[in-house]
Amino acid sequence: MKPAPFEYHAPTSLEQALDLMSQHASEAKLLAGGQSLVPAMNFRIVQPGMLIDLNRVAELSYIREEGPGLHVGAMTRERQLEFDVSIERRIPLLHEAAPNIAHPQIRNRGTLGGSIVNADPAAELPVLMLALNARLKAKNNSSERWLDAPDFFTGMFSTALAPDEILVEIELPFMPASTGWSFMEVAPRAGDYALMGIAALLTLDEAGKCSNAKLVYLNAGEGPVDAKQAAQLLQGETITGKLIDEAAALASQTEINPFGNIHTSIEFQRHLANVLTKNALKQAIRRAGELQ
Amino acid sequence: MTHVIPITITVNGKEYTRDAEPRMLLSDFLRHELRLTGTHVGCEHGVCGACTILFDGESMRSCLIFAVQAQGHAITTVEGLASDKDNLHPLQQSFWEAHGLQCGYCTPGILMTMIPFLKQNPNPSEEEIRHALSGNLCRCTGYQHIVDAVKLAAEKMK
Repeated sequence: MKPAPFEYHAPTSLEQALDLMSQHASEAKLLAGGQSLVPAMNFRIVQPGMLIDLNRVAELSYIREEGPGLHVGAMTRERQLEFDVSIERRIPLLHEAAPNIAHPQIRNRGTLGGSIVNADPAAELPVLMLALNARLKAKNNSSERWLDAPDFFTGMFSTALAPDEILVEIELPFMPASTGWSFMEVAPRAGDYALMGIAALLTLDEAGKCSNAKLVYLNAGEGPVDAKQAAQLLQGETITGKLIDEAAALASQTEINPFGNIHTSIEFQRHLANVLTKNALKQAIRRAGELQ
Repeated sequence: MTHVIPITITVNGKEYTRDAEPRMLLSDFLRHELRLTGTHVGCEHGVCGACTILFDGESMRSCLIFAVQAQGHAITTVEGLASDKDNLHPLQQSFWEAHGLQCGYCTPGILMTMIPFLKQNPNPSEEEIRHALSGNLCRCTGYQHIVDAVKLAAEKMK
C-alpha cells in the first residue's frame, strides 16, 4: 500500500462529478484511467487529499459522428480509439498513432481525456490534438466552454482548465480530402516514452502543391510543439527533396526546444527530429498523392 | 482518513467481500486480502507487467487500479487459468513445453496478457506477438522462448 491516504468518491453521473468538483476543487484530483496519476501516487510524488473517480460516469465514454467530425467522450479508453472503425477511416493519423501509446495493458485502461489533461510533453495524444485541430469541451457545474487545442495546452503538465472544470468531450474534425499523414517516434523500447516523435499532415491541391501542412512534435519542449515556420515553408509549394530538407532543418534546429534526459542528449533529439521530419513528410506526401 | 470501504468483487468466478482503504492497490488486495499470490508485483508503476490481470476480460495493470475501483467487476488472475494442478491451461502447458520461463516471476503477467491477445489474434505473427509482449519485462529468457511458447499455444488453442 504505497499511496498516501485519500478520500474517495465515485460519482455515477457527470452532474454528481461536477458538484463534487465545485465543492472540493482545491484538494480533489480527478481519476480517469489512472495510468499516469496512480504511478505518481505510488511514488508519492502527488498526494491528493481526495480522488473523484470518473470510471463510473458512463455518459463520458462514447465515440459518435456529428457533423464534419467525431465527438469523443473524455473517458473513452485509448484502446477504443485504436480499434474504432470511423477513426481508422476518417482520422487515420490517430489510428496509426494509437498503438504507440504505452502498452496494450495501459491503453485498455488509459483514457483520451486523461492523457490530454495530464499534458505530458512526451505523450502522443496532446500532440495529436494539436495536429488534428481538436476542440476540447470543458464544463463546471454552471457553464461549459470550448477550447482550441493550442489554447488548451499551457505548458509542462499544465492546461487552461480551471480547478473546478472537467474536460468532458473532444471534437475531432475528419481529416480533409487529399491529406496524407504520418506518425513516427523513436523509443528505446516499444511502449516506452519516446525520445522524439512527430505527427505530420500534408494536404495537396489539384495541381499537386501543398495547400496545408502541419508538423507537431512530442518530447520537444514544454508541451506539444507545433513547428509553424517549417509548415509555412511547405505551404503553396511543390514539395521537393530540397524543401523537405529545409523544413526538417528549420523545425529540428530552431523551432523545437528539447531538454534531453538520461536517455538522450539534446543534440540527439534534434538529430532524431530532423530524420523523423524527413521520413514523415515523405510518407505523408506519398499517401496524399495516393488519395488524389 | 483511514476509513475503509466494503468491496465485493468476483475473482476467478468466485465472489469475495472485504473491506479496504481507498488507497489499497488491486494488486495488494488480491495478494494480501484474498491470498491470491499468483499475481506478482514488480515495479508498482506500470512498467514491468508482472501484475497484469484481466479486468472484465481485458488485460490491465493491477498496480495501477485501486481495489475500490474493482467493486462489482470481474477479475481473472493466473489462478483462474488451470482447472486443477494436473490440467494446465493450454497456454500454461505451452510455456512448460517450450521453456517459456526460467525464474517464472514475470510469467503470470505474461499469461494474463496473452489470454486476451490470443482470443483476438488466433493466428498471430511473430511481430504481433512481440508487440503484444512489449508491456511485460522478462529478465531471464531473452523472450525467444516466450515467443515460441505463444506460437505453440496458438496452435494448441485452435
